[in-house]
Amino acid sequence: MPILTERDQAAVRKEFERIAGPVKLVVFSQELTAPELCQQNEQLVREVAELSDQITVEILNLAIDRERAEAYHVDQVPAIVVEGSRDWGIRFYGVPLGYEFSNLIDSIIVASTGEPTLSEDTLASLRALASDVDIKVFSTPT
Amino acid sequence: MRLAQHMSVASDRVRSTVIEATEFPELSRAYQVMGVPKVVINDRVQFEGAVPEHDFLGAVLQAVETP
Repeated sequence: MPILTERDQAAVRKEFERIAGPVKLVVFSQELTAPELCQQNEQLVREVAELSDQITVEILNLAIDRERAEAYHVDQVPAIVVEGSRDWGIRFYGVPLGYEFSNLIDSIIVASTGEPTLSEDTLASLRALASDVDIKVFSTPT
Repeated sequence: MRLAQHMSVASDRVRSTVIEATEFPELSRAYQVMGVPKVVINDRVQFEGAVPEHDFLGAVLQAVETP
């Protein structure tokens, strides 16, 4: 049973017309920790990837692929890393459905273009950052 | 809350994680999430609700200020 309806698929395909280059969705799962959520997350990511030939998927195991997880700073499952021409630092913990789904789609597009939609002032301030910034956004599907 | 992801793309210094609060109750408790969206920056600065870009940036800059 697909997660995305035909209507969802059509809407996402339209959004994906703006994809400008390859995007890799790196998924971290761990069946023992959260079997149903990890399964649902993998299915969702695969369904999304089917909507653009620019998107590839890699499924990793948090317990087995520890070095990769550490390199990505991922310590929870299910997790998704959205990579464009390089790792921009975009992560999702949990199954991004509902409101978060549109966030995932937008992240895929901006990861592909490498061109954030932010004001010149914001871009200049971010470019001048001298230390690391970790932003956590707690959200819910509705 | 797409601002966080766009900021990640804008700077190598910025990492953003969207966390589904109900699927991570321990994290949500640890960060005292009562309403969403809730944003926590460098475990120092936090706010609830959607804010304009300028205010979001202000929070980021506040989080990296030397105390």
